[in-house]
Amino acid sequence: MLLAALIAGIGLLAVAAPALAQPPPPSASVASTEPEEAISVDGTLRSGGTELAGVTVEVLDSGGEQVDETTSDAQGGWELTVPGPGTYTFRIDPESLPEGTEVQQGEVTREIAEGRLSAVIFRFGAEREGLGTSTAAQVLRLLVDGIRFGLVIGITAVGLSLIFGITGLTNFSHGELVTIGAVLAWTLNVTFGIQLIWATLLAIVLGCAVGALNELGIWRPLRRRRCGLIAQLVVSIGLAIALRYLVLIYLGGRSESYTDYNNQIARSYGPIALTDKDLATIVISVLVMVGIALLLQYTRIGKAMRAVADNRDLAASSGIDVDRVVLFVWVLGGGLATLGGVLFALSELSSTVQYEMGFRLLLLMFAGVILGGLGTAYGALIGCLIVGILVQMSTLVIPLDLKYLGGLAVLIVILVFRPQGLLGSRARIG
Amino acid sequence: MIDYSGLLTNGLAQLVGTSVIFFALLAIGLNVHFGYTGLLNFGQIGFALVGGYGMGIAVANFGLPLWAGVLVGIGCGVVLALLLGIPTLRLRADYLAIVTIAASEILRLITRSTSLTDLTGGTQGLTGYGDAFTAANPFGQPRYSFFGVGLLRGELWAISVGWTVVALSVLLVWLLMRSPWGRVLRAIREDEDAARALGKNVFAYKIQSLVLGGVFGALGGIFYSLSVQSLTPDFFSPPQTFFAYAALILGGAGRVLGPVIGAMLFWFFLSVADDFLRQATAGESPLIGFIDTQDVGAIRFVLVGVFLGLLMVYRPQGIFGNKREVQLDAR
Repeated sequence: MLLAALIAGIGLLAVAAPALAQPPPPSASVASTEPEEAISVDGTLRSGGTELAGVTVEVLDSGGEQVDETTSDAQGGWELTVPGPGTYTFRIDPESLPEGTEVQQGEVTREIAEGRLSAVIFRFGAEREGLGTSTAAQVLRLLVDGIRFGLVIGITAVGLSLIFGITGLTNFSHGELVTIGAVLAWTLNVTFGIQLIWATLLAIVLGCAVGALNELGIWRPLRRRRCGLIAQLVVSIGLAIALRYLVLIYLGGRSESYTDYNNQIARSYGPIALTDKDLATIVISVLVMVGIALLLQYTRIGKAMRAVADNRDLAASSGIDVDRVVLFVWVLGGGLATLGGVLFALSELSSTVQYEMGFRLLLLMFAGVILGGLGTAYGALIGCLIVGILVQMSTLVIPLDLKYLGGLAVLIVILVFRPQGLLGSRARIG
Repeated sequence: MIDYSGLLTNGLAQLVGTSVIFFALLAIGLNVHFGYTGLLNFGQIGFALVGGYGMGIAVANFGLPLWAGVLVGIGCGVVLALLLGIPTLRLRADYLAIVTIAASEILRLITRSTSLTDLTGGTQGLTGYGDAFTAANPFGQPRYSFFGVGLLRGELWAISVGWTVVALSVLLVWLLMRSPWGRVLRAIREDEDAARALGKNVFAYKIQSLVLGGVFGALGGIFYSLSVQSLTPDFFSPPQTFFAYAALILGGAGRVLGPVIGAMLFWFFLSVADDFLRQATAGESPLIGFIDTQDVGAIRFVLVGVFLGLLMVYRPQGIFGNKREVQLDAR
């Protein structure tokens, strides 16, 4: 998502009491006729660290008539007067923006009431490809966004798919591994002041430990008790809820920001524009995925993992220590979930972490994993890539806040037509 | 410092309150799914959402009378069940689980989407559909009192309607589960292949079970939206489904009265724990100092999650259940 990488210009909408209403600027039309009910609205335009001066801001009433217009001052401040409570649309004129600044979302509709504070946020990005460019460029941009998003989902989902393949557990608490990983990195980064790259590496080690703890503390004892898979599934949901709200208590309900890589400016690479962190996300994801493929294909433990996933009993009787393999998969899954969580926060959530991020991702992970074939590692990668691209591309036709709908649509379509997924085997699905 | 008798009175008042009715209806539906048929519906709150919003939108936006709105809400539940069941019920149990939990979250996102604010009210919520329900209130006095528990006339009306619906639902489930139809459902839960070998169309029975339980979920949503007179998307968040699951498993899955008693006990303990924590963390020298009062709402979810897990491991049959009835497993 491009917006995430861009720099938001925030205009806080402060509503003054009618008595304090400023005399309307010369261009005001309706406001001047009823000054006793007029409400003054002001804010500041910023793009990154710099204030934007000389930008035209106008406000329209619900009928689309212009009510007031003003130009931001040297500090980026603007002030407008609306005739009374009601719904208004605030718009900035893209023509008046300084050179090199593009507006991403220049129109905001808000309900204005007396004495209540609400925020009007315009989004700017100092990059060349913006909304309003040609459809081809937009498709290309969304495709790149989709590949990036798909790679991030894929990294987190490999663990989910392998754990299912090897133990049969549909782990609903896998999303919380992602959240915990990202929040661990946030803690190291913000509380202990470690640079984010080192913080992430440390968090990955801790994430591996969290994965191991999950296996040793919960799932291995449950398997020893001969707990059924359905019971395990319900346990994983209970665990997911408990962990999610523990994170909420620790982190709070708001999005918390990393200290590094917050405001990056997109660079242009031919027809596409990427911020450095987006590019890094793509490169890291591809490298990690190649690494996983090599691990599965050529190392002893990788071969053992595939053997156990294929036929657990046969693998055990040919001398593979199944418990050790399962533990390794959990460690791997925990580490990958942590890395995926940090990359997800950086590339999709504007470098912020929040307590529900893992759960949001979990649904897309399931969609991708089922699309590719539940239990397969390569299938998970391909399926997640497709889901990521589809979710981003779907914003061409459906509103932005409904984009996860595409993920569910894929899920249902694939279950109707090819329930074993693209690479899955018929025998697993029941 | 802590008002224990107050805690108890509050908890007892909760026993018959609207929350219990709501979760009891959800859990009755889940009992049909999970307890009798072995289906893992993790999106029961989605059925409540389509029930509530189906009725609310039909009445508030299209001006239908309330009874027609209720029918629309139930119809929405049926449609959702068919939509989710047809692709997934031929497959292993956890596919239904994944699809239903995804659907319930997607439905919440749709109802709070700004693009549909005209229809659903967006995050502001939907109101103005319950006037006919309020007008039908036969209780004349503004306030009634039972055993020291005061009730406003609106609450009393909602509670009486709600418990009537719960009683009828329980009766229906009891009759159905004694019937040959119910025995086939239980046969499917125990051994799907055996049921198929006896010539039963397992897929059709599973769909019917999903629809029936979904209708109870939709009724829960309709009741809730009528009793609070406003619909907000974020009430219908996925963890609510697991509150209903916890209630069901506590009371005993596969028992007719399990979900109702489970919901009462569950809500009693939850509200007492909630009140206790609120009192224990507030004030000058709190009993429990390391927890913030604002966090009590979140602690409730943590407790429910841990409780659900422990219950499933150590006492899957709940209080009244029969252990032999709940030993189901994924194929």
